[in-house]
Amino acid sequence: MFPFSFEWVWDLGHLVFHGALWYALSILGIGLAYCILKAAWQTARGEEEGHGHP
Amino acid sequence: MDSALIPKGVERCPLGRFLVFIAVVGAVLLWGVVAMFLIYIKGLNQTNMNNAYGFALWIWADLAVIALGGGAFFTGLLRYIIGKDELKNIINYAVLIGFVCYSSALLILAIDVGQPLRAWFIFWHANVHSMLTEVAFCLTCYFIVLTIEYVPLMLENRQLQRVTFFRHLAHNMHGIMAVFAATGAFLSFFHQGSLGGVSGVLYGRPFGFRSGIGIWPWTFFLYTWSAAACGPCFTILVTRITEMATRKKLVKDNVIDLLAKIAGWMLLTYITAKIVDTVYWAAVTAPAMGFTLLDFYTNNPGSAYGLWILIAEVGICGVLPALMLVSASVRRNPRLLFLAVLLAVLGACLNRWVMILQMQAVPVLPFEKWFTYLPSWQEIATTILPVAYGIILIAFSYRYLPIFPQEPELNPLPEGGR
Repeated sequence: MFPFSFEWVWDLGHLVFHGALWYALSILGIGLAYCILKAAWQTARGEEEGHGHP
Repeated sequence: MDSALIPKGVERCPLGRFLVFIAVVGAVLLWGVVAMFLIYIKGLNQTNMNNAYGFALWIWADLAVIALGGGAFFTGLLRYIIGKDELKNIINYAVLIGFVCYSSALLILAIDVGQPLRAWFIFWHANVHSMLTEVAFCLTCYFIVLTIEYVPLMLENRQLQRVTFFRHLAHNMHGIMAVFAATGAFLSFFHQGSLGGVSGVLYGRPFGFRSGIGIWPWTFFLYTWSAAACGPCFTILVTRITEMATRKKLVKDNVIDLLAKIAGWMLLTYITAKIVDTVYWAAVTAPAMGFTLLDFYTNNPGSAYGLWILIAEVGICGVLPALMLVSASVRRNPRLLFLAVLLAVLGACLNRWVMILQMQAVPVLPFEKWFTYLPSWQEIATTILPVAYGIILIAFSYRYLPIFPQEPELNPLPEGGR
């Protein structure tokens, strides 16, 4: 799963499989972090326009 | 008593009646939980799986719910990427159904792996030459996507909306939902396909083996296609069942009609490709491995796998619902529409049954006979367990969350209502 794992090999199979996994996880993680941090910022600033569906 | 939690502008049954319903379904859930713990404590000897049936009822259930849960990714794709705006009125329910389906699939897998404490091995010690590794990766990631899509729905609960942070969070998540939906569609395409690829690459099993493009057998594409076709049918079916149970109209006809029409054309193109695939397999692929078509459908105990199953899967549950759904007059008739989506759903389930269980039943070597398998009560109980769980989650979500945006308009409250 990680390059520091003893069985890791720098071949096409590992790059494609794990590259796609980390790519998807990164999009989800960054997207979620953006939403949470923005909501925390808006709450701290006392903004009031959030109403579920934009 | 719980009226403060119920969405504005809608009416729900009394709490007592709701709790009785939950208790009845909960009893079934409990039966499944008992069987689940029996399997955890005593091991897989509680099942009737054997050396011939390494994949059995659980894997069929897994593949079936994953195909039917495909309504979430395909409806999301249509709504957020292709821009079919009318589908915003059913996307919440499609997401909920997808969430139930995928969490059920993961629950079944957690029972099936035998040693759940080592389930993380598939990530850590991944075999990058296995279709199932891709399935495990995509299934996990897509379940995260579905959770992300379900969370803002939960945050729209009347009481949670009073918390400013949750209100902002729900708003922000809806704002970039297209990104999550696109990721979900990407993941779904691959894991639905890889599930089909599992049987398609088994060259030692001529019943399942298919030719294809590169490393991808035709079943890879057929599974994704069938999930995109039958998933929305399952969403429509569950919506209609919910409307019957609540005795309310929850989604306008034009929304259902649009989804059914798209599903119909997807089903028609899928079943055409499936027929071409079957003919090529029967005429070229299987004979090249020393088998005729009838070898796979005759001389088995009780004719459990006679030609009838092929006719049922491709004809009655494939061609027939496809032709029904592309017809506007059939779609306008609620009974015929219900029948069409029911047949399409049964077709997807039958296809997964055939590709998993019939494939293993067929003898491969000249001295072998057909292998038989009857699931144990523990397998049946743990397969029904997710159904009970799904009903309970849908019941709670329907009661406390604004799942159906058109419900207040379609069911106006009398004067002085909430």
